[in-house]
Amino acid sequence: MATTTYSPTDSQPRLVGRDRGSRSGIWVGIFAITMSFAAFTSALYVRQGSGDWAHIVLPGIMYANTVILLISSLTMEMSRRTIASSWRSGVRERGGAWPWLAATLVLGLAFVSGQYLAWRHLAAQGLYLATNSNSSFFYVFTAMHALHLLGGIAALIYLMGRCAGSHGTVRPILFHNTAVYWHFMGVLWLYLLLVICTRL
Amino acid sequence: MEETSVQPAHVHAPPEGFIRKHVFSLDHKVIGKQYYGLALVAVFMGMTLSWLMRFHLVWPTAKVPGLDLLSPAGAPGGIITPEYYLSLLTMHGTLMVFFVLTNAPFAGFGNYFLPIQIGAEDMAFPRFNMMSFWATLAAFLVLVLAFFIPDGPPISGWTAYAPLSAVGKDAGPGLGWGQSLWAISIAVFCIGQLLGSLNFIATTLDLRAKGMTFMRMPICTWAWFITSCIALLAFAVLLPACLLLLLDRMAGTSFFIPSGLVVSDRLQNHAGGSPLLWQHLFWFFGHPEVYIAILPAVGIVSHVLITSMRKPMLSAKVLIYSMLSIGFLSWMVWGHHMFVSGMNPFSSLLFSFPTLTITIPATIITLIWLGSLYGANIQITSASLFALGFVSMFVSGGVSGFFLAQPSIDIYLHATYFVVGHFHMVMGVAAIFGILSGTYFWFPKMSGRMMNETLGKLHFWITFVGTYCIFMPFHYLGIVGNIRRYSSFVNDFMAPLMPLHKFVSIAAFVTGAAQFIFLYNLIHSRFRGKPAPDNPWNATSLEWSIPSPPPWDNFGGKHPVIYHDPYQYGVKGSKGDFVMQDSPEQLASG
Repeated sequence: MATTTYSPTDSQPRLVGRDRGSRSGIWVGIFAITMSFAAFTSALYVRQGSGDWAHIVLPGIMYANTVILLISSLTMEMSRRTIASSWRSGVRERGGAWPWLAATLVLGLAFVSGQYLAWRHLAAQGLYLATNSNSSFFYVFTAMHALHLLGGIAALIYLMGRCAGSHGTVRPILFHNTAVYWHFMGVLWLYLLLVICTRL
Repeated sequence: MEETSVQPAHVHAPPEGFIRKHVFSLDHKVIGKQYYGLALVAVFMGMTLSWLMRFHLVWPTAKVPGLDLLSPAGAPGGIITPEYYLSLLTMHGTLMVFFVLTNAPFAGFGNYFLPIQIGAEDMAFPRFNMMSFWATLAAFLVLVLAFFIPDGPPISGWTAYAPLSAVGKDAGPGLGWGQSLWAISIAVFCIGQLLGSLNFIATTLDLRAKGMTFMRMPICTWAWFITSCIALLAFAVLLPACLLLLLDRMAGTSFFIPSGLVVSDRLQNHAGGSPLLWQHLFWFFGHPEVYIAILPAVGIVSHVLITSMRKPMLSAKVLIYSMLSIGFLSWMVWGHHMFVSGMNPFSSLLFSFPTLTITIPATIITLIWLGSLYGANIQITSASLFALGFVSMFVSGGVSGFFLAQPSIDIYLHATYFVVGHFHMVMGVAAIFGILSGTYFWFPKMSGRMMNETLGKLHFWITFVGTYCIFMPFHYLGIVGNIRRYSSFVNDFMAPLMPLHKFVSIAAFVTGAAQFIFLYNLIHSRFRGKPAPDNPWNATSLEWSIPSPPPWDNFGGKHPVIYHDPYQYGVKGSKGDFVMQDSPEQLASG
């Protein structure tokens, strides 16, 4: 490298240290999860080549679940914006985000419960995890998505605890990250639903 | 969020008590040492397994005292059965690839030095970092547990090829619970590495000190950063693969098991699965894994060489771009492990081309090293000797890769000792040399004491000559048709090769024994070594600007400011032979 002398300018970022790392971290995590689901999808395409593909009829409740998850994204976004505007105005009042978080949590749990009902529906038709290749992929896709969504639900519960308490601090970046993750869960589900609808 | 949050003085409080300081520590330095310690345990276990294998290969009817206590079925009367030989082989490969070559150069040194080299107080997510290590330790314990179950460890090799790895105990010893433990272990290992990689990437992107631009990062920081990007994607694919394997084994699915498969005279109750799917998923991880092992070593060795030469590399930037190219190309070449798998022959050509292309950045890196070394007045230390040894191994092992990358040649050499020689030299031994170079170089910083240089040089020469004696004959053995994975060659057409095998085994015993010199040096120096100054090698990067060993918060509450590129040696107009990165000294341009 060339011998150069550099005087650093004072361009300190607005988000410092820990928060900046946290913001990048959520995107890196999303990238890894995307890669995992890309691997599952490519497994589906290779496996489909074996010729024993037997299409399954998807339970109707999955479409209702999809609507619920998309609405939960809106409530999550409202909680993020509530905190952001409160911090921007300098008030730093955090209780306003609580109802939106609670609504997101209820909708998230409703989605997971709905997915469970979809499993029950398939099981009632005699379609279990190992019944055929299509049912295997159906359960794997939905279970892996639900598992990741439970991570988001854990984050929601943590944030609700922070908002409800009168002590301690709230880091707005955590709202931002939870919102990004939650929206990603919605996008991921739309993608999986597309794959499930067109391939299974 | 646009708001600036109120930040605590440090990302975590000073640790108090033995448990918080040394066991469940959030400090990246302790976690780095924990990874290194785990790798040390794993490497001696893996080496012992290779001794047992080399012993059995040349004296197949001789007893190994005490082995029957570990496995009455695998070594009745102390004599290793062919199946148990495969178990040893599987565990050797798994321990070495995952728990040594990934743990030490990447997770171990990377954890310890990446935050310091960029001027950060810790990793971006200290709790994830701690979880990453404990997940890795749990994975290690689950794997080793396979030795102590009645079924024994799996016999399917570190690649665990389906369908035999997927059908359960019908397929052979160790393929019941042993294989399940293997798959669980690797899945947990993946989770640990994903958390670790996430930390490395976020830390490098966001926690660099003021003035630490990307091109000011030391080459080894670059190597860890590139490696973490590769690891993030690679382990994100291996994890689903292991989950699908476990589902085939435990839940009766058929992802990898084809229809009509008869194993041990029993028709398997599975249908339609694709054994090749496992190979695709595994090698999509597996080839980048080679670079996860070798790139940190490339970075460490470059760092050590520059410091020893007292002059910058010919072009550190080109070296970094070459590492990036290798990282990029590593995603396009997994099929070269599958030339004889029954894949479409045209696919082989497609995979062969990018494989051969990788030789271009690899050659550029080598030429930069050699060109920089030419005429350099290099300081000979244990660290620089192992760095030079790395260059030698990288070249010797890399050249044979050129042959294997061509399908027409690989068809002949596949599954022979030629392949074993190739990957042991270029991936295994080379990376180990990188680890050892890093150990001799950074030990003073990590422990506050110097290692014994005389013992270090003795260790180097025995190891260097020994590894060539072990692995160069492998190439010849492979060319004459010696098949790998066989447990003995006494009564077949390979019997004339036995004298060479005996030579290799004796070289393996001697070289392995020399590693105890290193172990002694490491432990003795830790407690009785000469106290180390802050900067014993007169090096320029940030880790040498702080005390040895560093305080818990690295920079003692100060925030370093970076003024210079990482390798300012022999600079005109400078007061000394070198200028530290955080020195405000003004340098003459050019």
